[in-house]
Amino acid sequence: MFLDFFWAFIIGGILCVIAQILIDKTNLTPARILVAYVCAGVFLTAVGLYQPLVDLAGSGATTPLSGFGYSIAKGIQKAISEKGAIGILTGGLSATSAGITLSIVMGLLMALFFKSKSK
Amino acid sequence: MNMSNEQYKKYAKQKAEKSPLLKDCIKAFLIGGLICLIAQGFFVLYQTLNIKEEDARLLTSCTIIFITAWLTGIGIFDKIGKHAGAGTIVPITGFANSVVSEAIDAKAEGWVLGIGAQMFTIAGPVILYGTASGMLYGIIYFFMTM
Repeated sequence: MFLDFFWAFIIGGILCVIAQILIDKTNLTPARILVAYVCAGVFLTAVGLYQPLVDLAGSGATTPLSGFGYSIAKGIQKAISEKGAIGILTGGLSATSAGITLSIVMGLLMALFFKSKSK
Repeated sequence: MNMSNEQYKKYAKQKAEKSPLLKDCIKAFLIGGLICLIAQGFFVLYQTLNIKEEDARLLTSCTIIFITAWLTGIGIFDKIGKHAGAGTIVPITGFANSVVSEAIDAKAEGWVLGIGAQMFTIAGPVILYGTASGMLYGIIYFFMTM
C-alpha cells in the first residue's frame, strides 16, 4: 500500500517532468502537449506498454492525460469484445463519458457562479 | 539519495538558481506527483468502500475534476498553476481547469458562442484526437481479434 503511493507520486511526477521539458525546450503549447499525451496514451495502451505502468503506479498513471488515452483504448477493447464492430464507435467516448460530462457541466456551473478575475 | 528536508531544500534551491529548466522540472515533479498521490488516496478510499476497481478509477478522476473546478472558480488554481507548470497541466486537473477557466472567461460573450463554444478551446482538440486515435486503434483491434 505504501509502495502504491510511492509509485503514484514518482510516475505521476515523471510524466509531468517530461511535459515540462517539452514545454521549456520546444515551442509546444500546453494544448498540444495535452493532445500529444492523450494520443500517446492510446498508442502505448494499444501496444501493451501502458497497462504495466497502471499496474505499477495506479493513479500515477491514470491521472495524467495519458491515462485519458488509456481509458479510451481500454474502453474500445471492452466494447468490441462485448458488442463487436459497433464498439469501434462507442467504446472510446463511453469510457471517458463521466470525466467529460462532469468537466463540461462544472464549466457551466462555475461560469454561472463566478466572474472572470483576470483581464 | 538520503537527506533531510532542510538539506533537500538547500539542494533544490541551489540547483534551482542555476537553471530555470531544473527549477521548473522540480516544481512540476513535486506538484504533479502530489496530485497523483492525492488521487491514489481517493482511489484507495473508494476501494475500501467496496467500489469495484473500474468504477473507483472513474470516481477518482471525477473527484479530482470536481475539486479542480471549484479551485479554478475561486481563483486558487491559477496561483498553483503559475508555479506548477506541467505539474498541473498534465494531470486531469489541466483538462478540467481549461474547461472551467475558458467558460468563466467567455461569460461576457454569451451563453452559446461564449461559454458553450469556448470551454472546448483546449478540451475539444483533446477529445477529438483522443477519440480519433482510439477509433483507429479500434479498427485495428477489431480485425486482429476477429
